[in-house]
Amino acid sequence: MRGGGARAWTLHLAVLVLLLAVQFVLPAYHHGNLARIMVLASYAVGYNILFGYTGLLSLGHALFFAAGMYGLGLAIKLGGWAAGPAIVAGLGAGLLLSLAVGALALRTSGVAFMIVTLMFAQAGYLAILYFGAFTRGDEGFVIPREARMIMWLDLADAATRYFVALALFALCLLFCLWLMRQPLGRALIAIRENEERTEMLGYDTFRLKLVAVAISGTMSAAAGAAYALLFGYVGASFAAVQYSILPLLWVLVGGAGTVLGPFLGTLFMFYLIDIASGLTTAYMMIAGVVLVMITLFARSGLLGEARRRLWGWLP
Amino acid sequence: MEFGPYLMLATLEGAVSAAVLALTAVGLSLVFGVMRVVNVAHGEFFMLGAVVAWTVAHWLGGHPALGFALALVVAPVAVGGLAAVADWLVLKRIGYDPERTIVATIGLLYIIQQGALMGFGPEARPVEPPFNTRLALPWIEWGEEGLRLVWPWGLATTSYKLFVILAAAAVLLGVWALMARSRAGLVMQATREDREMALAFAIPVGRVYAGVFGLGAGLAALAAVLIVPIQQAHYLMGGDPLLLSFIVVIIGGLGSLPGTVLAAVLIGLTDGIVSVFFSPTLAKILATLLVAMVLVFRPQGLFGSTAR
Repeated sequence: MRGGGARAWTLHLAVLVLLLAVQFVLPAYHHGNLARIMVLASYAVGYNILFGYTGLLSLGHALFFAAGMYGLGLAIKLGGWAAGPAIVAGLGAGLLLSLAVGALALRTSGVAFMIVTLMFAQAGYLAILYFGAFTRGDEGFVIPREARMIMWLDLADAATRYFVALALFALCLLFCLWLMRQPLGRALIAIRENEERTEMLGYDTFRLKLVAVAISGTMSAAAGAAYALLFGYVGASFAAVQYSILPLLWVLVGGAGTVLGPFLGTLFMFYLIDIASGLTTAYMMIAGVVLVMITLFARSGLLGEARRRLWGWLP
Repeated sequence: MEFGPYLMLATLEGAVSAAVLALTAVGLSLVFGVMRVVNVAHGEFFMLGAVVAWTVAHWLGGHPALGFALALVVAPVAVGGLAAVADWLVLKRIGYDPERTIVATIGLLYIIQQGALMGFGPEARPVEPPFNTRLALPWIEWGEEGLRLVWPWGLATTSYKLFVILAAAAVLLGVWALMARSRAGLVMQATREDREMALAFAIPVGRVYAGVFGLGAGLAALAAVLIVPIQQAHYLMGGDPLLLSFIVVIIGGLGSLPGTVLAAVLIGLTDGIVSVFFSPTLAKILATLLVAMVLVFRPQGLFGSTAR
């Protein structure tokens, strides 16, 4: 990572400019897909901060994604809030939940951490079903078009939606790139590499990990809130186990602990599953095969392998 | 029906689910105890057991007891064999690293589940029970002339449900005998205590692992064969047993067999009784939160004694 500062910033800005330019040539179907992918990739970037950089494997991130989604959705549906304050409600819900879950789950480590986060997320999913009177359970609810306005921006419009998705993704990506060059980011990587030694050096590793959970959870909530706002739908399926496993899959495919990996992984898997779902109803089979193949043959994912073999400077 | 008979009925239903849960959870616990890995695909092995039972009964035709008896043998062997192959193909190659094993078994979960969707289809399919006599149950009432037996309407069970409880108990006894009284059990215990030392004593640890993984999956499949005449075979049926087995194994103390059985009876009965009186969703929320809290504050489980 050393020495590649200018090169890294150039590369990531170039990717963002490319994403900005490509919308003018894409057909409508792929245009919509790419907007969705950028929102989901923001979720994956958030997941990667905890999994890829801090080395903590959570199986419960759907809870944070859903916190953002339902925080925003319920504020609009029940409270009649405008989109702006509702986003704050979604982010706040994600921040609070991630702090609470982090404070408890971080008392454990390894496999126990995975199961505890999984259980909390499952409890959250079941709670959404249980309070069906407010959340409409499995069926979910639609956010009306007039609520999907931020000032003069109509988020139901395809071009605006693309811009907002790109803005969110750019924010998350550049934040991640910046964070990992800060003392805080370095300390998180140190925890991943050797937690005991980091503690010995005088770092309060519990607090650092809690900060990582909070950043990661809030970023996931931001993606969830944006997803609800941009695509106008809030549903319990986004809180189910599958949405905890998908970001893990995307990050593993793209490369854990790389800045661009989550985006590449999301892009790749989104289209792979999209193609597979055209052929068979059992399209999640692809996800299973890819997960097994990655654990067997490509531990560091697409960009991780690229960094190992070709470009050592890649952040 | 009054409260007393109602509670008795709920307890009986709870006992059936506790019996099946105990079998499934002991399978998961064995794998964790000996191999120190968490098998997320365990629920899918359960589902495969039910699917195989349906397939056997469907192709054999004739009296339901024939197909059922054959399924009791075929399903555990086939599913256990498949699991052993998966162990050899995947888990062995990643060196049983705990975290990577979870990711790999999540992959296996999707492969098996979606494979069942392709081969078996999205419908829920029933399997006929081999015998199903309705047994009315008496209730003791304090009447004017002292104690007397009454037969409340609706208080009944079936011979098949009683058979499930007895069969599960018999299999659990068998597992205990295998672990505590046989050479294979000794080898498994040795591997569990100290893998390197077991290797040094020429125990084929690789084969023990494959065997244990197969045995765990086989127990789940057997549990599914027992329950499928009451439930129905469906490709998504593995989710609940997986979650409940997790809960049981954690509450019972990771890797402890007696603790697992005790916890299964406790959770199965409570789940049965609570879901009769309260919303099953609420019961599940409370159970999952309880498990999370147990893992956070008492990682050795409620019944485990050795702190790790």
